[in-house]
Amino acid sequence: MTGAALLVLADGRFPAGGYAHSGGMEAAVASRSVHDAASLAAFCRGRLHTAGLTAAGLAAAAAAGHDPLMLDGAADARTPAPAVRAAARRLGRQLLRAARATWPSPDLDLLARSRPQGVHQPVVLGATARTAGLAPLDAARCAAYESAAGPATAAVRLLGLDPLDATALLARIAGEVDDVARAATDAASRVTADGVGALPAASAPLLDIIGERHAARTVRLFAS
Amino acid sequence: MTGTAHLPLTAPAPPGHRPRTGAEEAPVTAPAHPSGTSVHDGRNSPPSGVHATARVRAGHNGRTTTVPLLHSDGPFHLRRLRPRGTRARVGVIGAMSAPLGGDRLALDVVAGPRARLEVTTAAATLALRGPTRAPATYDVRLGVGEGASLNWLPEPLISTRGSTLYQTCTVELAPTARLLLREEQLLGRTAEPPGLLSSRLTVRRDGQPLLDQHARYGEPAPAWDGPAVLGPHRACGQLLAVHPRLRPERRPLLIEDDPATGHAVLVPLPNAPALLVTAIAPTPARLRRLLDTGLAHILAAASGAEAGMVP
Amino acid sequence: MHLDHSTTLPHHHSHSAEPVRPDGSRRALRVGLGGPVGSGKTAAVAALCRTLRDRLSIAVVTNDIYTREDAEFLRREAVLSPERIAAVETGACPHTAIRDDISANLEAVEQLERTLRPLDLILVESGGDNLTATFSRGLVDTQVFVIDVASGDDIPRKGGPGITTADLLVVNKTDLAPHVGADLDTMAADARRQRGPLPVAFISLATTGGIGPVADWLTERLTAWHARGTA
Repeated sequence: MTGAALLVLADGRFPAGGYAHSGGMEAAVASRSVHDAASLAAFCRGRLHTAGLTAAGLAAAAAAGHDPLMLDGAADARTPAPAVRAAARRLGRQLLRAARATWPSPDLDLLARSRPQGVHQPVVLGATARTAGLAPLDAARCAAYESAAGPATAAVRLLGLDPLDATALLARIAGEVDDVARAATDAASRVTADGVGALPAASAPLLDIIGERHAARTVRLFAS
Repeated sequence: MTGTAHLPLTAPAPPGHRPRTGAEEAPVTAPAHPSGTSVHDGRNSPPSGVHATARVRAGHNGRTTTVPLLHSDGPFHLRRLRPRGTRARVGVIGAMSAPLGGDRLALDVVAGPRARLEVTTAAATLALRGPTRAPATYDVRLGVGEGASLNWLPEPLISTRGSTLYQTCTVELAPTARLLLREEQLLGRTAEPPGLLSSRLTVRRDGQPLLDQHARYGEPAPAWDGPAVLGPHRACGQLLAVHPRLRPERRPLLIEDDPATGHAVLVPLPNAPALLVTAIAPTPARLRRLLDTGLAHILAAASGAEAGMVP
Repeated sequence: MHLDHSTTLPHHHSHSAEPVRPDGSRRALRVGLGGPVGSGKTAAVAALCRTLRDRLSIAVVTNDIYTREDAEFLRREAVLSPERIAAVETGACPHTAIRDDISANLEAVEQLERTLRPLDLILVESGGDNLTATFSRGLVDTQVFVIDVASGDDIPRKGGPGITTADLLVVNKTDLAPHVGADLDTMAADARRQRGPLPVAFISLATTGGIGPVADWLTERLTAWHARGTA
């Protein structure tokens, strides 16, 4: 409906709590598996094509109007690590708060009432996109982009990397972000016929492992 | 499907595997239902390669577990093994190297109500390049009925250079079903780069999704060897236990977290009495040790021997 | 008089800090404590808790740069029972957490209110930051900015949003003034110039009862908060 709504939703300054999450980057930096621009790129691409693809599918399906609670169950099955689930729910609650103030709608109110403990962030993202008049592909693109941009931004703060390098990386993988978003949207278009099993379930063992490692730390800058 | 070699991402997928679009591959085929045998869908034969579906069905006759159906097919030779206690056992013996590029293999296992069954394989499964780089498919479908218990404990799957394998494992659990499942993937034999291995594990319990994990390792999967996915490790696996006696509120446990020896985490799955171990390691032996350690924790959590989950 | 927008919250704040509970009673007063690193915010929070906890039901949200450090300190000092202290991660951006994107702090505040109700007072302690870091009015009802004399007696003169707009400016460590050559009169005069009628409290937390002026000010604020609720 309005392309600018996508900019509002995708803006890193949108006050939905994302700045405090590193998507595993803080743990990866702490173990030195990410230490320079090349390892940063490998991490961000890996996250994009796994957690990002899965998130984009959920977001696209929610934006297409599929039952958010059903999608939340699908998100649970795709997120075995409790720390990662908790972060996704927490970000979902925070996004829903911001979304209800930004694009008030009965659907979002109902979602907040049905799951006070929160819904996975990509599902809320899709539902929000729908309320804002955006298309499933928009929601998928948002989720895919954030899956790489979140850790890239965190790495700048954690490693003191040149922010221009991080931004150049995001520009360089923009085509991959688009590919992921399209694949996720295609998959979401099959949910009606095939159920949530049609959605991507791309997994990454290290993201789960370092997610739990991070949650067990007592000293940390980022919530995840 | 033509006989020409294609890049895996653009190769037409075999029937039953939906076309792949850029970064993603299709969902799994329809699963077997615990209450009945799976239905062979009469897919067209590929121009080359073996097309085979082996089947096992176990039931309970009121006194003990029986295995009324044991159907070998293609490379799968099924053999009854000596029962362990009240648990019937079946071994899958590979009669030939499989899966080769172009092969379409399936294994359907159903443990009917109250049956107790264990299925193992005699040797590692080797994914090999066939005459072309055409993908092979290997679909395992497991159904576990009310009060039934299934152990699916195959030897590792090895992805060798030049191979392309789409593997799925689809599990349907009745609400009171018990499951112990172990999957191990080795990426390349010693000092060999792997082929492309796409492996999706989908578990539903009472019709609801419990676990859905899709791994894609080896070129041209993007960044599969990077610090978000596998890092330098080439052996990875998961061990899943579903048992009414498991306490879902259990806290996650980092079993091992050292780049030299591997990483493994034991986590409770949501909304079900289920625990999952995810492990990656530098060697197959390390991987097995991590999964065994995870199993020991799970057995302790379920007061194991009593629960009858010991493989 | 103090700045307080809480009774005239514009509509768009309705998802942030609704001052009235669904049952019509007023929720806990939310007080932000900000200020540079090392000025004594955590010590002030600990002292406030010790002074007020027998009269008031209090909870604390900490926003340390390294999350949990301040929360751990407060727990160790046993100023409140552990369930009354929550920690929020700030992703290396403490000012963002209290000003630009308050969602994590709001969550923590609301969670405390849900589990500990009825609460009288919630103290939100910011991570140590610079002189420009202030709390969003969507997060807190009133805010205190804590500086100390040892960081230089020219800080009030330099100003910045924390110095000029905080509802209370606390100048801590007055006992050190002779040792660091700080001129308290100059600081007071500069603060008056920057802040107009807004109050300033010169305190020394090293002194017994040093938190007194701040505790008294907070008690007044709380009385006014409830008075507005019944008006």
